[in-house]
Order: sequence, then C-alpha cells, then structure tokens
Amino acid sequence: MNKWMLSFTLLLALPSAATPLSPVEFSDDKLKARYYGLIAELRCPQCLNTNLAGSDAMIAQNLRETVRRLLLEGKSDAEVRAFLFERYGDFILYQPRWTARTYLLWTAPGLLVVFGLWILLRKNRLRQRSPAVLNPAEEARLKRLLDKI
Amino acid sequence: MAKQSVLVPVLVFAGLVILLGFGFRLSDPSYLPSQKLGEPLPEFRLPNLLDESQWLTEADFLGEPFLLNVWATWCPSCLAEHDALTSIRQQHGVRIMGINYSDDPIKARRWLQDLGDPYDYHVIDAKGTLAVDLGVYGAPETFVVGADGTILYRHVGVVTEAVFEETLANRLLSAADQL
Amino acid sequence: MIVELGHFCLVIACLLAVLQVAMPSIGLSRGNLLLVESARSLAAGVFVFTLFSFGALTLAFLEDDFSVAYVARNSNTLLPWPYKVSAVWGAHEGSFLLWTLVMSVWTLLVASFSKPLEQLFRARVLVVMAALGVGFYLFLLLTSNPFERSLPFFPSEGSDLNPLLQDFGLIVHPPLLYMGYVGLSVPFAFAIASLWSSQLDVSWARWSRPWTNAAWAFLTLGITLGSWWAYYELGWGGWWFWDAVENASFMPWLIATALIHSLAATEKRGVFKSWTVLLAVFGFSFSLLGAFLVRSGILTSVHAFAVDPDRGQVILAFLIVVIGGSLLLYSVRAWNLKSVVSFDRTGRENFILANNVLLTISATVILLGTLYPLAYEALTGGDKISVGPPYFNAVFVPLMLPMMVLMAFSQRSRWWSTDSSVLLKSQWPMLGASGALGAFVSWLLGGLDLWVAGVGTLAFWLVLNLIGELRRRVKGRSSPWQRLLKQPLSVWSMVLGHFGIAVVALGVVAAVMVSEETDLRMAPGDVETMGQLKISFFGTQAVEGPNYVADQGRFEIREGDELLAVLKPEKRRYLASQSVMTEADILVRFGGDIYVALGEPLSEGAWAVRIHIKPLVRFIWIGGVLIALSGFLSLLDKRYRARRATNDAKAVTETQKETVYG
Repeated sequence: MNKWMLSFTLLLALPSAATPLSPVEFSDDKLKARYYGLIAELRCPQCLNTNLAGSDAMIAQNLRETVRRLLLEGKSDAEVRAFLFERYGDFILYQPRWTARTYLLWTAPGLLVVFGLWILLRKNRLRQRSPAVLNPAEEARLKRLLDKI
Repeated sequence: MAKQSVLVPVLVFAGLVILLGFGFRLSDPSYLPSQKLGEPLPEFRLPNLLDESQWLTEADFLGEPFLLNVWATWCPSCLAEHDALTSIRQQHGVRIMGINYSDDPIKARRWLQDLGDPYDYHVIDAKGTLAVDLGVYGAPETFVVGADGTILYRHVGVVTEAVFEETLANRLLSAADQL
Repeated sequence: MIVELGHFCLVIACLLAVLQVAMPSIGLSRGNLLLVESARSLAAGVFVFTLFSFGALTLAFLEDDFSVAYVARNSNTLLPWPYKVSAVWGAHEGSFLLWTLVMSVWTLLVASFSKPLEQLFRARVLVVMAALGVGFYLFLLLTSNPFERSLPFFPSEGSDLNPLLQDFGLIVHPPLLYMGYVGLSVPFAFAIASLWSSQLDVSWARWSRPWTNAAWAFLTLGITLGSWWAYYELGWGGWWFWDAVENASFMPWLIATALIHSLAATEKRGVFKSWTVLLAVFGFSFSLLGAFLVRSGILTSVHAFAVDPDRGQVILAFLIVVIGGSLLLYSVRAWNLKSVVSFDRTGRENFILANNVLLTISATVILLGTLYPLAYEALTGGDKISVGPPYFNAVFVPLMLPMMVLMAFSQRSRWWSTDSSVLLKSQWPMLGASGALGAFVSWLLGGLDLWVAGVGTLAFWLVLNLIGELRRRVKGRSSPWQRLLKQPLSVWSMVLGHFGIAVVALGVVAAVMVSEETDLRMAPGDVETMGQLKISFFGTQAVEGPNYVADQGRFEIREGDELLAVLKPEKRRYLASQSVMTEADILVRFGGDIYVALGEPLSEGAWAVRIHIKPLVRFIWIGGVLIALSGFLSLLDKRYRARRATNDAKAVTETQKETVYG
C-alpha cells in the first residue's frame, strides 16, 4: 500500500517537472514494434511487479527513454537487454536468461511433459481387460437378452 | 497406485513448505541489491547545478572518498533526509556530491536556497542517464564512493544519523584508510 | 457498541464451529445420531453469527466509525457509499472476514442441500468443513481482527480506499473469487470424508459433482472479472500479467477443471478413483496456497495485501496441517486403491486422462515460475531474478495447444471405446473447414497472421466437433430440432463450456497478435489516423467527481465521415490520498476496442496520449462468462432435482443412461 502511495505521489509531481517525458515517436514502424515489445518485457525496478509499459514511475519513464535512445542508436534487442542487465541485474528482465541457475526453470516443463507421457503410456499398457468386465453397450445387450428369457 | 508413488506429492509438498518458510527470512521483496558495487563510477559529462555553463565529469570528484546522493525536489523522502545530510556533513566533514535527478534546475536551486545546501558538488541529471548508469531505481539513494571512484556501497531510502553511523561511516573510513 | 457486538458474534461463530467439529465426531464414534445430526443445525448458527459480524463491520464503514483502525485505514467520509461497502473487503482483515463468511455459506449450503447423502457421510463432510472454519476463525480472531479500535486517539478522517479499488469490478471480483476458492473446500471435504470413512466407492464422486461445478463456475467468473477489470482500469491495455496473485487464482482453476472431468469419469465409469481424490485435495490446497501468497508478503505483487510476516507464518502452519494432513491420510487410506483400468485407447476416459495430465503439468509449471524467484534468492544468498510474462507465455501456450487438439477429438469420443473411423476419418474434412475459417478470420483482422490462423483453426475445429457431437445425439426419426431441445442440461453445459474455451482462445490470440498501440503527443486540434480511423483530440476540461477532481479529455473517433463515438478519458486526483490515477475510456466495437488513455500533461495544453486498438479482446471475457454459465447450467440437470425417496435409484438410472448414450 505504501509503495503505491509513493509511486502515485511521484506521479503527482509530474506536471511540474520541467523536462516531461516526450511521447514516443518513431518514424520506423519496425522500431516502434520492437520498442513496445521491449518495454513490455522489461520490469520497472521500483514498482510492485509492473513492466516499463505500465508504470509511470520516474525511473520507468527514464528507462523507456533509454530504450528508445538505444534503439535509435541502432542497438539490437539483445544489446538493449544487456545494457539494462549491466545496471539492474536479472531483476529487470522478465524473461529469465538461460544460465546454469535457470536450467531447472526452463527444462522443467519439458521434463514434466515427458513424465506425463510416461504416465499415460504406462496407464495404457496396464490395461487389463478382464473378461468379466463388459462395456456399457454389451451390458445393455445382455440385459435385453436376459429379459427375453 | 503404489505406496511409493504416494510419497511423491508428500515430498514435493514438504519441499514447498520449506521453501516458503525460507521466504520469510529473505529481504524485502522490493529491495534490489546494486549491480555496480566494486565498479568505477560511470562516465558522465553533466552541467553543474549552480553554474550550468560548467561541465563536470567523473574525474572531477576523485581524490577522496565521498558520498553520492541522488535527490529531487519532487521526492518527499529527499526533503525528509535533507536535515540529516546537512548535520552529517557538518559533524563528520564528509564530502557529499548531489545528483539532481530528473528535475527542474530552477526549482532545485530554489530548494537549496530555501533549505540550505548540504552538498559540496552538484550535477544536473535531467534525463536520468547517470541515475540509470548507476542502477538507481528510486530517489533518494546514497552511494559510498572510494577515492579512486570505485562504488563501495549503496543505501536505498532516507539517510539518517543512525543509518550513517551504522552503514556509511565505517565504509568511508576504511576507504580513507586505503589511501 | 455495534463493533463490539460484531466482534462478539465472531467469537460465538468460532465456538459454534468448534462444537460443529466436536459433537458430530463424538456422535460418529458413539453411534449417537442426534449428535451426528447437530452438524446441520450448527451450520446455520455459524452462518448467522458470521453474517451479523460481517454486517457490524459494514455498518462501521457506512457510519464512518474511524475509531475502528481498519475503517480508518480503508475509508473516508467522501467515499461514495457503495465503495464504503466494498472497502469492507479492501484489505486483509476485512477480506478475510469475507472469506470466512463465504466458508460459512458453503457449509450451510452443504448442510441444507445434501438430503441424498447418507447421514453419517454428510456429517463427516460437515465436520471437515467446520474444522477448516475453526482454523479461519482462530486466524481472524487471534491475528487479523478487523474490529480493533485505536482508542483513545483516533483520526477524524480516514486514509481512503486505494483509488484503483474504487470501482464496480472491485466490488464484485473478490466475493466471486472467494466463492470459488472456498467452494473448492466442498469437494475437498467430500474427498477427506470418504478417506476418513474408507468409503472409497464412487458415490462421493457423484454427489460432489454439482458442488465442484458450482465452485469452479464461480472461480471462472471471478478470474474473468479480474481480467476485464485490469483491462479497463489499469490504463495500459493489459488483461493478464501472470502476476503472483493472478497465478494464485489460475492454478486452482486448472486443477478444478481437471477435477470436474475426473469426477465425471469416476462417477460414470469408476475409474481414476485415486486421481480424483488427489485432485480434490490439490484443488483446495492451491486455494489455500493462493491465500498464503497474497497475504504473507513474501512475493511482490500489486495485488498483495500488506501483511506482516508473522501472520504469514500462521497461514503457513495452517497449510502444513491441512495439506500435509490430507496427503498423509491419503497415503494411509488410499495407497492401494485400484480402479479397474477398463477403457480402450480411444475411450473418452483416455482423453480425459491425457487432458488432466496436461492441466496438472500446467498448474505445476506455473507454480514453479511463480516461486522460482523466491527459491533463487534463498539459494543464491540474495540475488534477485524476475520470472514474468515472457516465461509463462512460452511454457503455457505449448501446453494449451495440445489440450485444444485433444478437446476437439474428445468431443466425439465415447466412454470405454470409440469407433476409430468416427474419431479419425471424420476429422479431416472438419480440419480442412476449420483451417479455411481460421485463415478467413485472420484475413478479416487485417493480414495473414499465422498465430491467428492457427489458433483460429483449433478453435473452429473444436466448435465443429461440438456441432458434430450434437448432430449425433439428435439423429433419429423424430424432428431433430425437438430432440436437440430435449437434450439433458448436462449435454448443453458441456457444449457451452467447451464453446467458451474456443471463444476465449480466439480472443486471446487476436488481442495479443493483432493489436496496435501508440503513445503520442496530441495538442488540441490534432488528428491521429490509424488505419480507417481518425482520432481527434479536443483538449481537456476540469471536472469534479464525488471525491476527486480530474482533467477530462475529449476525443472524437471517426471512421470515414461517420462519428463513431466521443471518448472522455480522465486524469483524476483523489482528494483524500492526493493520488493521481488514469481512467481510460473505451469504445467497444465488434471489430476491436478503441482504448484511449491520458498520459502526462505536456506544454501548451498538449497531452501524452496512449491509444490502443484491440480486436476481439471482448471475446476473452464473453468466453469466460460462457464457461462459467456452463458450470451453473450443469447444476440444473434433472438428476440433481430428483426427489429424496427415489433419489438414489433415479440418479443411478440417469447416470446409466448417460453412460450408454453419452
């Protein structure tokens, strides 16, 4: 609750800031798409789990401007991420990097699917069709036959 | 289902509980450790707040350990720590560099006039580029910087006398000792 | 005085809940039917006293009694009265009182509407629910009392409800979600009761189905509403962020979805007995885990209540007792529970099994991603990492796509075994038609996007299979339309539910892949052209609300020469908290929402403006509502309306009919 208050109070002071963040203008549509993609996957370092696109905190504005500047300088997406990683660490990247510390995170879904397939195959192989078990259609037919007797 | 396979959910749950228990011992989830500790001050060339025709670079501050304080007039906590900074500077003779972050220089100068100026040096970081290079994520933040420009420590939030004595003072001293 | 009465009622409710655990348990062990039946009347008592307590807190809010600390923290004299009521559940203590009230409601409902249940079994179910309730009451009374007063010095004005919460969505969203979360305690209680009594046949599955469907439907509705609210309230066009608290609601939903299908298979075919018990336990466990994550403060989230870690530790202890205890009970009683695996590879049971495996994996993966930063920090000694939407989208979508494929196939499957020609050969023409329809939709939305075409194909394929299944059911000599209308409600609910999924899938893929957004500077008189649309800005004017002042912008949206709408987004400053908030304005159109929000004011009356065009985004919530409706519809099926005397027999006959023809 307090953190919300702080970031809102910061927002409050905005109209009086002499250098308000200029709205984003890109002449190149591809750059614009890359910009929106990047600010969606970069985290606002100050906020309670928001990306740069959704935050009006001062640092988020500065970082959006930084992303824009880097893109206009011709940096690639990877370079923009690296730039911010150098300054803020893994925290600012919503997509975790592929490192020894995140192997488990990225491989677990695949491993679980393999495990799931194994369970399915096992269940199917263990199928015992005991002769005493009839399927419902067969049961209904049996009942009709017995009724005739 | 075999008895062994029943143990799996129990074990997973036990692991989960232990993890969650550990969760309480961790730091405040919104606290970010600095990535810049041990690295030199980033390069910059920014105008002096008190004389905008003068440009300052990181080289102008080397020679003695100092505190680097990120502040702004729109930041209420900065107002709160202002008096503490003044008294720390007076009592301990510490050099403090002020980075005026994403602010209006006119308002900033008036603020210093009205409330007093605890800083030895001033820099205007209008676009926040220096702040981003430092890994700042909110004002106020205070860094301990060594004589050679190495960033030694970061404190996030308001600096008080107690904070200074507990965390900043000894780092400044040991940095001075290494000269 | 009312406040103290409310507190007192809460204590009485707690005591009654304790009695509701103790007396029937004694009755069960001694064979005393009178004590056993007391569970039902005590449920009424618990509910009434909890309701009084809740009413007392609501009155305190409506009367601006700021001597109550909770009221002072969350309300304000200027707050409009509907929000004063919703402020009751605006923070931790009050929302937990709501949670506990909802628990007492479900317990009373189970006590009142379980006539078909065997007496002793019903008593066990109620004892389990009452035991959970006792835990909740103790937590409330001992650590999170909403009635605490801050005497003798109390503020004359409150801090105000967070402006983000001052909205209709927030009035309805938590109660619906809690009905879902807490409702999952009913199948949980049924499962525990059956383990307790070692009555692990299929009757518990039959009778817990309507309760599970209802809880699942509420949860669906709560999640859908939350997503819709985030979209129109938060100002940047997002509707799902894989935030820890959102995940905390989605994980039980996934498990509950697996549970409703597993219960169907267990009831009709006697299979998956142990799976179903485990899913019932897991469903409610995820609910409790969610409550823990939101209220413990160990994860960062905008949704999280600010609670101190001590309370979090109490919840964790409760989690250990409830979930650990259930798993231990399961391992003791059900470890040798074997269902006869009597279905064919092509049988419906197999499709349900495969889908349930995928659903459970999805829930597990989301749990992993949500808790990974915590584990990372603990194991690396303080390094922080973020796991956000890019990760969750990357792992969830590849799990969801095969589920949609299975869903399409499985509509044509029959219990036990399916004629493979029905299953396979009839699919090719349908797949072809779906592909064409998917491509068509993609073209309609502007250009050929592969994702839209692909997911569109899957969605249409599912729908075509649903239609195919309906056609099979109405085959016969008499008029097919009449037979269609005579289909049991359970069939309609199944069709509606899966249809809803197709609608959601289409909405999601369109909103993600084909939306346009732009941030730009607009001065009064500026016109922005986006495709066929012209958006003109006419400046702002100052307006006043009940507890805020705002700059209201005026935007005219034109298509060609036709004026489509005038949008009036606002930048509000709330007087009590001085916080500033953006209120977007949205034009809802079939071709796509036009979403306009004001950013920061710039020089010379110009503003930074954010414009989004979001095609088919409404489908996400329309689909969600359809899915929830399907759950509620299933409750009306005639097998549940059979009278007491011939109840079991009739219900069994209905079920058998389903099994043969279904």
